[in-house]
Amino acid sequence: MEKRVVFRSAWLPYALVAPQIAITVVFFFWPATQAVWYSFQLQDAFGLKTQFVGLQNFAHLFRDGNYLASFRVTAVFSVLVAFSGIAISLLLATMADRVLRGALAYKTLLIWPYAVAPAVAGVLWAFLFAPSIGIVTYVLKGFGVDWNWIINDNQAIALVVIASVWKQISYNFLFFLAGLQSIPRSLIEAAAIDGAGPARRFWTIVFPLLSPTTFFLLVVNVVYAFFETFGVIDATTQGGPAQATQILVYKVYHDGVKAADLGSSSAQSVILMFIVIALTVVQFRFIERKVQY
Amino acid sequence: MVENRPGLTILSHAVLILGVLLIAFPLYVTFVASTHTLETVMQVPMPLLPGDQLVQNYSQVLGAGTTTGSKAAVGSMLVNSTVMALGIPLGKIAISIISAFAIVYFRFRLRMFFFWMIFITLMLPVEVRIIPTFKVIADLGMLNSYAGLTVPLIASATATFLFRQFFMTVPDELAEAARVDGAGPMRFFWDVLLPLSKTTMAALFVIQFIYGWNQYLWPLLITTDESMYTTVIGIKRMIVGGDAANEWNLIMATAILAMLPPALVVVLMQRWFVKGLVETEK
Repeated sequence: MEKRVVFRSAWLPYALVAPQIAITVVFFFWPATQAVWYSFQLQDAFGLKTQFVGLQNFAHLFRDGNYLASFRVTAVFSVLVAFSGIAISLLLATMADRVLRGALAYKTLLIWPYAVAPAVAGVLWAFLFAPSIGIVTYVLKGFGVDWNWIINDNQAIALVVIASVWKQISYNFLFFLAGLQSIPRSLIEAAAIDGAGPARRFWTIVFPLLSPTTFFLLVVNVVYAFFETFGVIDATTQGGPAQATQILVYKVYHDGVKAADLGSSSAQSVILMFIVIALTVVQFRFIERKVQY
Repeated sequence: MVENRPGLTILSHAVLILGVLLIAFPLYVTFVASTHTLETVMQVPMPLLPGDQLVQNYSQVLGAGTTTGSKAAVGSMLVNSTVMALGIPLGKIAISIISAFAIVYFRFRLRMFFFWMIFITLMLPVEVRIIPTFKVIADLGMLNSYAGLTVPLIASATATFLFRQFFMTVPDELAEAARVDGAGPMRFFWDVLLPLSKTTMAALFVIQFIYGWNQYLWPLLITTDESMYTTVIGIKRMIVGGDAANEWNLIMATAILAMLPPALVVVLMQRWFVKGLVETEK
């Protein structure tokens, strides 16, 4: 895609891109290069001397049980966040697409959590589930469930998943609703005339036609679970108990900022960069497909 | 509706109402907790109807903060959050629209190189370059400053793409007419392109306002001075330990204050919000 009509100037275009390029170089490229450079270095305990160690930091990581455990936690966490978020939003969007009365009110009441910061979402749910005073904890106790996410691994994961999904439902909901509204009515009417009931129509027509949206949301939700949920975790479990909720991003932060292990933290950053690049490529290949579709 | 099925319609409403209630539940409890004294909130179970401490709690946090955790006043945090939430979208729109203008309306050497440079920033979120970016900010003396909070976050590939995409749809005849009439590129930009881009800018502004307001990791790293905390960081700093050590009524009041501005933006500017959300992801 190129414009036919263009302007000519020897200096103006450079001046126009300069601010953005300057910020990109100073705050993106330079730090990213540094991250790669540090990842090949080993720093002594006082940060006085550094030594080039090649791929040793990476080798250490892949032999480190904690790091592999963090990979596992991230995988479980993102699968739970993505699937439950998508399933709940799809249910709500399908229902919202059906009703005529109150559609706008429902929509407004369902999308506002998008405005809540992940860290605040974490605090809200941590308060509800607080081991000694939480109202949900109290109700659960009535059912004989002893809820204490501060010491129980699975309950800690459940808490961060619930808080993360709660925040993300609004986003998924909007995209599903837009997807549902773009499905031609004639297809659904034709199926109805052929005698297909609502459930059958959903699974054989609506759901397959929504698959581009679903796939797109799957990628977005995985990216969300990988990176943006940092706030949820830092405001609630801080990776605990005993690293049960320490996702990869949290470990980069923990090792780099709190434990000040520059080499290892940078090596982890580099690995994360590769993961982001892979996810971005998947997303863009999919978008190309969507355009043809 | 394809056919009339009252049962299914009732079911749809029931599911939606349940969804709305579940989504709103944490907000309601938060609000209730923010209107009671600490003693009342600490009761098990806490009351589920609002109390009479609303004015008391909110003026306490706005003016003085909590007493056990961070003692910074939420009033100044709201100012910091506002600066961040306005600075990021305005800066982002300004630098993105001019770079998109250059990339679409000029042919120059390194054009595609610059384009790809901007594109690659998509793959480098703050989270993957935490320590080195922090060092850059520290070296530039931008810790604990508004510039440090906003400038590093205003470079954005999505905004540039959005404007580029929009410019591609602007008819060539407009640029041609402008040229025939003797208008230079900047004149065309100000008088033709900018007015046409208003809706795109509004949509982008709404999304980026929320993005700026809700930033967490970045202000967490670069603000050590209490007077520079944003509201979201402030809440986190108020939580000092186990359940009993926190002044939950005040923390919840702060949480309500932290949610209110972006939530109002989403609800009141819903049209721009939806447009911005859907378009930035295309």
